[in-house]
Amino acid sequence: METQGQQLLGAREIDNRVHRMAFQIQENHPRTPFVLVGIFKRGVPLAKRLAKVLEMERPDVKCGAIDITLYRDDPGNVSAADVMEVAEMPLDIDGSVVVLVDDVLFTGRTVRAAIDALMDFGRPAKIELACLVDRGHRELPIQPNYCGLVRHTGPGEYLRVVLREEDGQDGLYLVKSKTDPVTPA
Amino acid sequence: MKPRKDLLDIESLSVEEIEHVLAQSRPFKDLIRRSVKKVPPLRGRHVLTLFYEPSTRTRSSFEIAAKRLSADVTNFTVSTSSVVKGETIIDTIETLQAMQVDYIIVRHGSSGVPNLIARHSSASVINAGDGNHAHPTQGLLDAFTMKEVCGDFAGRRVVIVGDVLHSRVARSTSTILRKLGAKVGFFGPGPLIPDDRHADIVTFKTFDEVFDWQPEVIYLLRIQMERQKDQYFPSLHEYHRLYGVTGERLKTIRQRGIYIMHPGPVNRGVELVDDVMTYEKTLINQQVENGIAARMAVLHWLQPGTVMREMD
Repeated sequence: METQGQQLLGAREIDNRVHRMAFQIQENHPRTPFVLVGIFKRGVPLAKRLAKVLEMERPDVKCGAIDITLYRDDPGNVSAADVMEVAEMPLDIDGSVVVLVDDVLFTGRTVRAAIDALMDFGRPAKIELACLVDRGHRELPIQPNYCGLVRHTGPGEYLRVVLREEDGQDGLYLVKSKTDPVTPA
Repeated sequence: MKPRKDLLDIESLSVEEIEHVLAQSRPFKDLIRRSVKKVPPLRGRHVLTLFYEPSTRTRSSFEIAAKRLSADVTNFTVSTSSVVKGETIIDTIETLQAMQVDYIIVRHGSSGVPNLIARHSSASVINAGDGNHAHPTQGLLDAFTMKEVCGDFAGRRVVIVGDVLHSRVARSTSTILRKLGAKVGFFGPGPLIPDDRHADIVTFKTFDEVFDWQPEVIYLLRIQMERQKDQYFPSLHEYHRLYGVTGERLKTIRQRGIYIMHPGPVNRGVELVDDVMTYEKTLINQQVENGIAARMAVLHWLQPGTVMREMD
């Protein structure tokens, strides 16, 4: 597989880590129902994968998706071309446990926005956070409850998650610029 | 796509921009189903509605859209403003500029007033109807409504019925539909069909010809009683008989599954009979609901203070 940047996780390892997070979530909530809510864009397929892992044991698990465009703390930086996605939310999240799912956790600002967005859909009993990779450098007091990999980045280092649902292949890459392409083999 | 400050007409929008606003209208419409309908992107921004012509629906629709985006809204109406005291439009603009509003929503009886305000103000100006010229948010909400029921526009046929000549709704809606690839026809009393229409717009002499063209949508324009001082047709009864959706025509419409649209408010017994309001493919109420979503998308899309200016 030819890619720019160093591969940190391959398809198999991503799969393992998704499984591990799914079982941790299940362990924490053995009896209470919970909802997996993905944050657009790559949190959504991850939430679906977590649900898929648990589908035998927990057929009651529901999946949702939220878009945080309207809740960002830097609305001026939203470019006109940023397209909002349609939120899909299980009808009622009042009183249920919600696990927010995203690919990369960085400053925590996206998660803050997602929490605000979620609150506008109802009043969950509890909100937890699952992320595939934590790259550090938090600017808000937010920590993940479930995390696939901790890889704090240095200056000039960026993480790129690609998922087969969005990009045709699975992988986590360390790249040198925000815009570095990760080209599939 | 470049940032855009003002929305003055449909003509100046690219297909890409139109499709962007239509795509964005969808998630805004979904907000209506939520328990909390308000979202924060325009928090701290100020929207001013400046209506020189009476309008309750359009103004309320803009006001609801702005408030759902968390903007503050001030309504400036002619009867309560210093316009009646003789202030010129330029002076009003200077005053508004000093008030530091971010968005100005204008309706005026004369074409071009929103363009004038846009040139003299750093606020985003949205044309909410100017004379016979344009009503771009109506065009956008109509296109959004059609997109919801038809899916796409290529080759779809829409007949606009009524006083096309004096209608800014007809101008904006026909322009947007043609830009998106739909085919447009005009039908109405001869003197009310513009001669300077685009060559690809079809016209009809009778309602039977309209049906023969097999349109997906029949778009009825409101007969504007207040603008009917010059007689363009003999009587309202005559208009209804020749150009209105009568009970008999509704049968054909129902049989063929044609959608009915109307910008509202409807004149029952003139453009349409009562039964049209309960016909399952009447989109009139959907248009009202979509108006809020489309206007939210427009407010969210425009960027006040950006340098790009519309020069006529």
